[in-house]
This record gives sequence, C-alpha cells and structure tokens, in this order.
Amino acid sequence: MIAIQLALKNILGAGWRSLLNIAVLSLAFVIILWHNGTIDGWNQQARKDTQEWEIGGGQLWHSAYDPLDPLSIQDAHAPLSADMTRLAGQGQLAPILAVQASAFPQGRMQGVLLKGIDPEQKVLKIPTEILQKNPDGALIGKRMAQALKLKTGDALLVRWRDSQGAFDALELNIAGIFDCNVPSIDAGQIWLPIERLQTMMNLPGEATLMVAASGFRPAETSPWVFQSEDVLLADLNTIIQSKKGSGAVLYGLLMIIALLAIFDTQVLSIFRRQREIGTYIALGMTRRQVIGIFTVEGSVYSILAIVLGALYGGPFLWYLAKYGWAMPTGGQDMGISISDRIYPVYGTGLVLGTIILVVIAATVVSFLPARKIARLNPTDAIKGKIQ
Amino acid sequence: MKIIFIFTLFLLLSPALVQQNDANAILRKVEQNMSSDNRVFESEMTIRGKRNSRTITSRSYSVGDKKSFTEYLSPAREAGTKMLKLENQLWIYSPSTDRTIQISGHLLRQSVMGSDLSYEDMMDDRKITDVYSAKVAGEETLDGRKTWVLELTAKVADLAYHRRKMWVDAERYVPLKEELYAKSGQLLKRTTLSNVQKIQGRWFPLNVVYKDMLKAGEGTEFKMTSVKFNQDIPASMFTKAALKQ
Repeated sequence: MIAIQLALKNILGAGWRSLLNIAVLSLAFVIILWHNGTIDGWNQQARKDTQEWEIGGGQLWHSAYDPLDPLSIQDAHAPLSADMTRLAGQGQLAPILAVQASAFPQGRMQGVLLKGIDPEQKVLKIPTEILQKNPDGALIGKRMAQALKLKTGDALLVRWRDSQGAFDALELNIAGIFDCNVPSIDAGQIWLPIERLQTMMNLPGEATLMVAASGFRPAETSPWVFQSEDVLLADLNTIIQSKKGSGAVLYGLLMIIALLAIFDTQVLSIFRRQREIGTYIALGMTRRQVIGIFTVEGSVYSILAIVLGALYGGPFLWYLAKYGWAMPTGGQDMGISISDRIYPVYGTGLVLGTIILVVIAATVVSFLPARKIARLNPTDAIKGKIQ
Repeated sequence: MKIIFIFTLFLLLSPALVQQNDANAILRKVEQNMSSDNRVFESEMTIRGKRNSRTITSRSYSVGDKKSFTEYLSPAREAGTKMLKLENQLWIYSPSTDRTIQISGHLLRQSVMGSDLSYEDMMDDRKITDVYSAKVAGEETLDGRKTWVLELTAKVADLAYHRRKMWVDAERYVPLKEELYAKSGQLLKRTTLSNVQKIQGRWFPLNVVYKDMLKAGEGTEFKMTSVKFNQDIPASMFTKAALKQ
C-alpha cells in the first residue's frame, strides 16, 4: 500500500513528464482495442454473411470441382441421387449447377459463370424468389451489375457451349439485382433457375455442388465430397490472421514508444533519487522492497493510462460499435466478404487481455532499471554520491 | 396403277432428295477447291479495334485439316510466336518466355491475338459433308455473282455450330459468305470471302473477313499474300520440337 501511495505521489510530482508517458500508453491501449475490435467485428460479420449467402452449413462438391481451377468446371457435374433429390425437396440441400459462359454487354465480351439454383430454396439468402416470379429471368449481384453496367429489366446476351460442345446463345432478362457482402457469389456470376440451366446445358437433374442447410451434415457418396464450414472459411481465417498481424506492427510501435518513455523515466528517477533510495534502505526497507516501489510506479503508470484511455477511448469505441465504421468503396471489390460498415466487437477476452498486456509490459520495463538498486551502497546513496 | 403410284411418290419425294444430293454435290466441289493434301501460305491478319487496328503477318504450313504449323513474323511483339495444331491438340510457343503451353479447356474460347477468331474455331477439322446434312435453300446474287444458298444442319451433337448457312459461287464453287448459328438460332459469326483467284488449277478465296456477331467492331480481315498447294513439307515441321527451333 505504501508502495502504491509513494508511486502515485512520485508520478503526480513528475508533472508533464508523467502525463506524456500516460497519454502515449493510453493511446496504444485504445488503438489495440480499436484495431482488434474492428478485425473481430469484421470477422464475425464476414463469417455470418459467408455462411448465410454462400456456404450454408458446408457444401458437397463434385470430386472434380475446384473453384480455383476454371478448367475443372466443365466436367464437374453429376446427377443427384434419389436421396439427395429428396433432401433438396425438404430444404436440407440446395443443388447448384455451374457453367462457364461469355456475356456480351455493350458488344464487349466478358467471361461469366452461369449458376443454376432452385428458386424455392431457403438454404441461402440469395433472393431466388425473384426467379420464381420470373422463370425466364436472371439474377445478378450489385458488383456484376456495376461491372456490366446493367439494371433490372435490361437484356444481356450470353453464349455458352452445351454438354456436347455445341454453341448456344440467349438474351437473358435481368429480373433482379441483389445486394450482398460476399463477392464470391456476385462478381462475374449470373443466377438462373437450375432446371432452366440444366435444359440449356442438356444436363437434366445434374449439379456441380450442393449447399447444406445450417446444422445439417449430409452423407458423402461418390462422386460427392463434403467440405465443412471450417474448410470453406479457411481463406477468410487466413486473411483475418494476416490483418491482425499487420495491425500488431502498428500498435506494437506505439507500445514500444510508450514503454521506452517509461523505461527512460525510470532510469532517470533511479539516477536522480539516489538519496531517497538510500534513505529507504537506512530506514529498514530491504532492497527488494525498494525495487518493488519503483516497479509499482511502472504499474501505476499503466493503470492511469488505462483509466485515461477509458475516459476518452470509451465513448469513441462505443460510438464505433454502435454506428459502425464506413469502409472505403474499393474495399468491397477485393474479393473478400466485407460490408459497407464494420461494427467493432470488443469481447471480454480482448479487453482483459489488452489490460493485462499493458500492465505487464509497463511493469517489466519499470523493473529492468530498478534492478540497479540492488547494487547500490546505501551510505553512498544517502550522501548522493553518483554510483 | 402401280407405276402411277411410284411415279407420284417419286414426284413428291424428288425435290427434297434432289436438293440434298445437289447440296452434297456442291459441298464436295467446294471441298475439292478448298481442301488440298497440304498447303503453304503467307498471310496478313488485320484486327480492327475500337481505337486502332494492327496487322499481324504469319507463315503457315498445313496438311489436310488435321495438322498445321504457323509462325508469326511481325509485328516485333508477336514475331517468333509459333502455333502447332495436331488433331484436336493445340500448342503455342512464346519466344519471350521460351515456353510452350497447350491451349485447352476454357483457354480455347479466347480470341487468337485479340481477333474475332477463337482458338476453338481452328480446332474443328471434320469434313463438312460428314457432320452436316445440307440442302439448297435457294439462289441469291452476291456481289454480282450467282450463288447457291446452302443450309447445313448438324448431324452429330458435338459440333460447335448447330446450323450454318453458306453462299457458294454457282460457277466457281467457292464459298463467298458463311453464317454460323447457335442452337437457339442466334447468329454467332459471319465470314465473308473475296478476291477469288485461280491457283494451281483451283479457285481459292484469298481474303476472308471474320466477324463475331456478338461483339462490337468491324471484324478481323485475313489476307493471304501467297498460297502454294501440294508442297514438300518435312514431317518434322509438325512436332513440338519444331516450336522451339
């Protein structure tokens, strides 16, 4: 208790120097919370959106299907078994047929992926009910609409080759444009009723993949291979980890500046307060107790920094969590799930972890110079002799 | 009575049969002009874009419709690029990377050097009379020349173009125009042939304009500056090793 009182007295006595140390450390504290909270918020939103719009509770892929290999799509299709057809009818599976094609907006040629989906499906959030009302229409996402300069009611000429290689072409009517944060179901893709695409391709009853409803784990039967949510979200996890890593460099630098300032202050204190140290020892304090007083000073720095950070950072972080943080428009074209606004999430683990990190780091950098006290001669220290 | 019945039946069926026989006879004569054991030709391909146009010159060697070897001569950016087609396989050698790549799958749908021709247009090498059933749809005058209009419908399912329409010079048996249609009836490509010359005893069009009807633009003009038929072409020309030489 004496140590804390002495520490507080010394810190307040140091005036502006202490305030500067506390301010920089509090800034690092707030930035760590803000950055990690933003990444966690993005992670939660991206996972939720990807599950709702694209991957459901996992997917059954045709064994030849590889979304990263366009050459695989041509042969990656197979008929649905009776059991799968039944599960699709019950809303547990949403079969999707994928076909490569070329679109010709305004006389330009652009490669697209035609995707057939059951208009009555409820597994994904894609508004396929639009296709129920317009069975001859097509559905596209906002990115595709922007890229091809299309709006609802426009016609788009599309050319493809059927399963036997014969060219076919058709003018598709854009029945609706949906807005979602998952570019992998939007960019370069045109959604059609699956039966229509099967007829166009001469592949009745066939699909490339099937999306499982949330919580449903379908049985694997050749040639279908189950891809779990974890596998399908692996790319997103990698991006999140990489973003956290790059953010750590930024707030790591801020922390280093703040901790260097505390370290420097402590070195100076021990040098200038030798008489005080000698007096403590002469009054019967052990060296360890004196080291403790100086180390506690560092901890008090960190606690004051947390209190200051909470004073100005609290409202700031609360505001961001409530109203979100607008992302630049270009961010949505990077091919990863990202919404217009990100709402940071500050979990208990994040807040406690950051507090512990700041306190421990400040305590350690205070302890390091204080070790010198153990080597001080108390008589010389009282005399103020420089050692 | 029996004779009258047979005669009536003959009269009823004969126009269709005659039409089909005529069409096949016309196509055979066209093939006699257009096909040869082998040929060597130099050409200029002019690709017209929105802002500018560029011309690529090349020298090609081909044996029937199955084998061909093309070397691009200019401009400097394309010079040295070589293309080898053997049956249904296609390789391209790029001197800048010193690599040979096989064009397959979706790459076949891409255009050849930005032209209106795609690689897959060069791949179908079956005889027209084997894969299409033809009939004479009528007669038209095209650029002052009397032509037979032939309508070709695919006999097999694995053909790129389900239907074709061909205007054949009625005197010289050379196609002057061809239209390629999708299964839905959408016109996909139009080819216009001109500058028909008599070379080594056969009529042959030296200029061809390819137009992808779904794309904007004026199409790609292909001019043969020299053609020689039935030459001695070494067999080693049609090997992958020849691409790097």
